[in-house]
Amino acid sequence: MGGWLFEPAHWSGPTGIPVRLLEHLGYTLLTLVIAAVIAIPLGAFVGHTGKGGFLIVGLSNVLRALPTTAVLILVVLWAGLGDFPVYVALVLLAIPPIMAGTYAGIRAVDPVTVDAARGVGMRESGVLLQVEIPNALPLIFGGFRGAALQVVATATIAAYTGAGGLGRFVFDGLALQEFGQMLAGAVLVALLAVLVDLGFAGLQRLTVSPGLRPVGTGGTK
Amino acid sequence: MKRIATAVAAVMLLSACGGDPLQGGNNNPAPTDTIVVGSANFPESTVLAEIYAQALAAKGVKVSKRLNIGNRELYFKGVQDGSIDLIPEYSGVLLKHVNKEAQEVSSDEVYTALKKSLPQGLTVLDKSSAEDKDAVVVTKQIAAQYSLKSIDDLVPYCKDLVFGGPAEFQNRPDGLPGLKAKYSCEFKQFKSLDVGGPLTVAGLKDNTVQAADLFTTDAAIKANEFVVLEDPKNVFAAQNVLPLVNEKKASQQVRDTLNAIAKKIDTKTLLDLNQKLSAPDKPEPEKVAKEWLASAGI
Amino acid sequence: MTWIFENWERFWEVTVVHLRLSVVPVLIGFVLSIPLGWVASRSATARAILFPLANILFTIPSIALIVITPVLLGVKILDEINVIVPLTIYTVALMVRSVADALSAVPGHVTAAANAMGFRPLRRFLTVDFPLALPVTIAGLRVATVSNISMVSVGALVGLGGYGQLFTEGYQTDNSAKVFAGLIGTVVVAALADGLLLLIGRVLTPWARAGR
Repeated sequence: MGGWLFEPAHWSGPTGIPVRLLEHLGYTLLTLVIAAVIAIPLGAFVGHTGKGGFLIVGLSNVLRALPTTAVLILVVLWAGLGDFPVYVALVLLAIPPIMAGTYAGIRAVDPVTVDAARGVGMRESGVLLQVEIPNALPLIFGGFRGAALQVVATATIAAYTGAGGLGRFVFDGLALQEFGQMLAGAVLVALLAVLVDLGFAGLQRLTVSPGLRPVGTGGTK
Repeated sequence: MKRIATAVAAVMLLSACGGDPLQGGNNNPAPTDTIVVGSANFPESTVLAEIYAQALAAKGVKVSKRLNIGNRELYFKGVQDGSIDLIPEYSGVLLKHVNKEAQEVSSDEVYTALKKSLPQGLTVLDKSSAEDKDAVVVTKQIAAQYSLKSIDDLVPYCKDLVFGGPAEFQNRPDGLPGLKAKYSCEFKQFKSLDVGGPLTVAGLKDNTVQAADLFTTDAAIKANEFVVLEDPKNVFAAQNVLPLVNEKKASQQVRDTLNAIAKKIDTKTLLDLNQKLSAPDKPEPEKVAKEWLASAGI
Repeated sequence: MTWIFENWERFWEVTVVHLRLSVVPVLIGFVLSIPLGWVASRSATARAILFPLANILFTIPSIALIVITPVLLGVKILDEINVIVPLTIYTVALMVRSVADALSAVPGHVTAAANAMGFRPLRRFLTVDFPLALPVTIAGLRVATVSNISMVSVGALVGLGGYGQLFTEGYQTDNSAKVFAGLIGTVVVAALADGLLLLIGRVLTPWARAGR
């Protein structure tokens, strides 16, 4: 694998490592944005009103069970090739963790705090946006980062239906029985996942109020 | 404790459903007198495998199927390690797979060379006259635009065009390297699509690729009015359909049955089978094979 | 849907294989994750090593692990072990965290009481810690099971069975009914497995429902 990975030819051109890395990152980030736009409001609304929690859980479970390969193939057969099927499949994959995280986060906000906010005269939207969501951020980020990991790993499958990304190395390596290429692809995916996670960890540090930072992780003390 | 016992029993029931988890089913080593029939990752290979399997089963041979495995680079390992005993093959490509330097082109020469080049323990039975070759295919529009009839006509434009095919086409001696060696044709870019499947057809239609590797018996060629470019320099050698078989499992009965089938299959058969498989109601290869066997009187 | 009825035998055959390939890794992975999770719940160093490792393992694309396994283990390329080993690894990666969190959440005063009553460590683990850790563990097990059931399909790319076979074949022949049949199978099996685990959890933790 080292041989394939460090071969200069593989780092240049439209099918080189940097291009595939960027494609892969592109799929991941856009997917996360779309999924967040759908999942966070949904999770937040249900968490805030307290109604329909079982719907969220149920929907999450169903979406989690969908095999991404099948969704990808079905959308391709229906809508043709290209990036659209990839996004449909990956967004469906990313929604459950983000939605569940948001819902759990909002439900976990101390009712006393929420009550205080109402007591101060905040409107419901204010309670949601200025109190519940900021307090729920750690869990929301947790769901988000979990989703990011899954999306990075699963975006590899997109190459099966001709899309780009690091999966190209994995599938071509498989077809050519070139394990060096295949392993390189897998390692790059894992590396990208770590980087993306670090990125979001940094973002979390910046946006989550210091008062909410965990003092230490759990465990028997 | 009673509750725990009930729960444990439930879990064991769940795992018992599959029997001893690591044995049984079609996916594990079959008893030694069973022939495991495999197929490659495209429908024609699967329907041929079904034909072989059903014909053998009808004669009382114990058969187990492992269909839709992958490309030759993958499944040949399964043939070598004994996971697969029988698989439909194409003489020319198989020859080039076991001997990259092979230069034989004609049907008989390829067949003789193949019998000599196969590793110990493997052999091929009689070849049929049915042929399904890889080919360089373009759309009607591109053929008109560049006045293309054979690959020779394509040569001046190769460097400006994108070629699509299965990933392995990049490495096979009868793939890009062959086109480069015999025609001096080097494409601007190669796109890994699939094995003559929907991705490649779509790639040609939407001009993602201007030329692609498809199989000559593919129903999509006629359906989309694609043009198959002639291959006067014979990058693609003769590709007769024949069974690759593990000699230990090739009993006389197996040989007779499969040789009888070889006599009845010709190129038109392949075209018909592919046509049936891509019919709107998408019949299963098993059914298509059954119908063919009935009509062929086997 | 009609595809399922018209091809029931094939569908059933594929279901059995898929079940086998998803359940075995969950069982083995679960058993392996118990000691690992236990160690992680007791030691911050173990946690610092195991958790990130688990995260990274989970990001290795399943197709890569499935293809590498025969090379590493020297088994035949079409052996089911090639799917079972990677999925077991994923299960362990998922469950280590669950088990660790679950054991950490066991109230300290309960374990102290057990110790005071003279329970030896193994007996305490089996009869006190582990049962109390069950709800969180089972929650993790449910996620792992559903995730496995979904991932088995990838094996079809190297000729291994399960619903994935229906996906690849359907794709090659432009047969969305077949792909859809496999999708339904996967979701139904996942729902049934999830429900079964939920039920098992309820049965095993009667105290969680007491006093409602």
